[in-house]
Amino acid sequence: GKTMVKPPDQLDLSEAELKEEFTRILTANNPHAPQNIVRYSFKERSYKQISSVDQLAIHFVLEGNLLHKDSDEARRQRARDGIPEDGAEDAGDTEEGAGEERPDSLEISLGKKERKLTNQFNFSERASQTMNNPMRERECQTEPPPRGKFSATANQWEIYDAYVEERRKQEKVKEKQKVLSSKKEEDKGKKKLQLVENQSDDITKVAKVAKIIERMVTQNTFDDIAQDFKYFEDASDEFRDQEGTLLPLWKFQHDKAKRLSVTALCWNQKYKDLFAVGLGSYEFTRQGQGMLLFYSLKNATFPEYIFSTMSGVMCLDIHKQLSYLVAVGFYDGCVAIYNLKEQGPQPVYRSTARSGKHTDPVWQVKWQKDDTDNNHNFFSVSSDGRVVSWTLVKVLGGTLRLSLDLYLKPFLSCGTSLDFHKQIDYLFLVGTEEGKIHKCSKSYSSQFLETYVAHNMAVDAVKWNHFHPKVFMSCSSDWTVKIWDHTIKSPVFTFDLNAAVGDVAWSPYSATVFAAVTTDGKVHVFDLHINKYEAICQQAVVAKKTKLTHIEFNPAYPIIIVGDDRGYVTSLKLSPNLRKKPKEKKGQELPKGPEVEVAKMEKLLSLLREPETVPQD
Amino acid sequence: MAEVEETLKRIQAHKGVIGTIVVNAEGIPIRTTLDSSTTVQYAGLLHQLTMKARSTVRDIDPQNDLTFLRIRSKKHEIMVAPDKEYLLIVIQNPSE
Repeated sequence: GKTMVKPPDQLDLSEAELKEEFTRILTANNPHAPQNIVRYSFKERSYKQISSVDQLAIHFVLEGNLLHKDSDEARRQRARDGIPEDGAEDAGDTEEGAGEERPDSLEISLGKKERKLTNQFNFSERASQTMNNPMRERECQTEPPPRGKFSATANQWEIYDAYVEERRKQEKVKEKQKVLSSKKEEDKGKKKLQLVENQSDDITKVAKVAKIIERMVTQNTFDDIAQDFKYFEDASDEFRDQEGTLLPLWKFQHDKAKRLSVTALCWNQKYKDLFAVGLGSYEFTRQGQGMLLFYSLKNATFPEYIFSTMSGVMCLDIHKQLSYLVAVGFYDGCVAIYNLKEQGPQPVYRSTARSGKHTDPVWQVKWQKDDTDNNHNFFSVSSDGRVVSWTLVKVLGGTLRLSLDLYLKPFLSCGTSLDFHKQIDYLFLVGTEEGKIHKCSKSYSSQFLETYVAHNMAVDAVKWNHFHPKVFMSCSSDWTVKIWDHTIKSPVFTFDLNAAVGDVAWSPYSATVFAAVTTDGKVHVFDLHINKYEAICQQAVVAKKTKLTHIEFNPAYPIIIVGDDRGYVTSLKLSPNLRKKPKEKKGQELPKGPEVEVAKMEKLLSLLREPETVPQD
Repeated sequence: MAEVEETLKRIQAHKGVIGTIVVNAEGIPIRTTLDSSTTVQYAGLLHQLTMKARSTVRDIDPQNDLTFLRIRSKKHEIMVAPDKEYLLIVIQNPSE
């Protein structure tokens, strides 16, 4: 049987509930449609609920592929397929056709031509085209502003330079303010000159640099000499007992000086590598022009300063403090002062016949200390028998001139050499042509303090000892060198050198060392402390026939310069044996300084004063 | 003027000197005894090196300044001396 089976989970309802009527309304609302779609409104910048929600529910969509035969798509298809169009469809087509001309024209060009149907009753086609303006490009370019690359660094030294420049400008402004207004035109003229100079690519500005380079190049070429000068010490001196040697270093010569003899040598006290050479001639018959050259050890190939003179230079002296002032004595009796700071080949001051020059060659000039008015002055001695003091005096108007002051009465016969005492200002020695030496004082102009009968021939040089206040030395063409104590009338030491002695010089580092040059081209170096009778070094430094005329010790370095009669100056280094200091006793400290030297000399002299020791001839 | 010319001539005539060049502040050679390409090369390179060397010296002490610069190589020695506006370069073969 068909019995109704109740499912176990069926709702159990009562009769009343079963009879309840439920109303159901059918609406067209889509139950699945959302009821609260919210859209963002940018106008109100907030989310807004959409008022009406689409209730359409699509159940099925099928795209058809039927075209109306009058539509564009259909006509295109027909054109493609080649089916001719119907004539009745004119009016409608033309409008569409006109609108669609452009895309159709493409189709026409691709496929067959589709004839355009025109209205046969009332049609007029009017096409017009406006003039297309020819396109022309017009450009304009301005000249770009000139550009320069600028780069700079801001270093410490750039800042320093800027400050220095600023300071210089300020000082210039101050100076200009002091100048009077009437001189304005002169200044303008000068300014113009300055401007012109700055503009040209001037080679003269390289002058200083060229000098440095020349020295470098010379140093390279003469490198071994420079090394020797600085560092070489002859080791063989230890084995040589007491003797020493002279090592030749640079040789200085100048083309224009070839025919002249070296007549004077002088080291500069301030710049210890600079020395002056005076060139002239000792021959009476061969008198011509002279030269004054300044050489530096740093450049042996070319002199630093060159001065040409009308007459031969016989002597020169460099001022001890103002080392740019050089006093020169000439063969024609004139004296002149050269100022190295000034440009120009002429001396700054020159004595003339009017201002009282010597009538014979001037043999020696020596600078003195400035006098009470702070004027520079120097002494000169000449064969005309006069010792003259020259002073640079400021004359009204601003210029300086020499004025002479006769010092000794002319019963002095031809003076040939002059030297002032190193410590006692007023004391000086004059050597004469007859071989006598006179000791004089500045305060007694009419009388000599002492006369020494020194030599048989003219006294070529007299030199006070640098340390001992009583000792001086003289040399002469009679082949001898004599050492004196000025309190004793006869010489303390006498040395015979077998040839005429041109010049002698004390060493600046020892009171007992001195050197002499002779006409046979030899240099003799003596050290009385080591050997009282003989030279500790006798060396020929030039070719046989050349005579040596002058010798000078360098104040700082252990070298000597010797001048000869060919115009050459040779520099030589003294080997260690020639520069010996006395050996210190063990445990005793060696006292240093000039007192030691004085004591050394004094010891020697005291030995000689005793009657037993006799100086050897 | 003539003195400087003479000095430069003497330097050029000195034993072992191969060439001299004068360079201005912009690094352009204004005077030379070498051929053009070598000159330009030397001038450009040495100008920079000198500036650097000078800068070094002055940075350490602004009151100091470079006097010269020596570059010794196997074949020769290059010497450079700077000035406020100019640079002088000399190439020398010292062992010759």
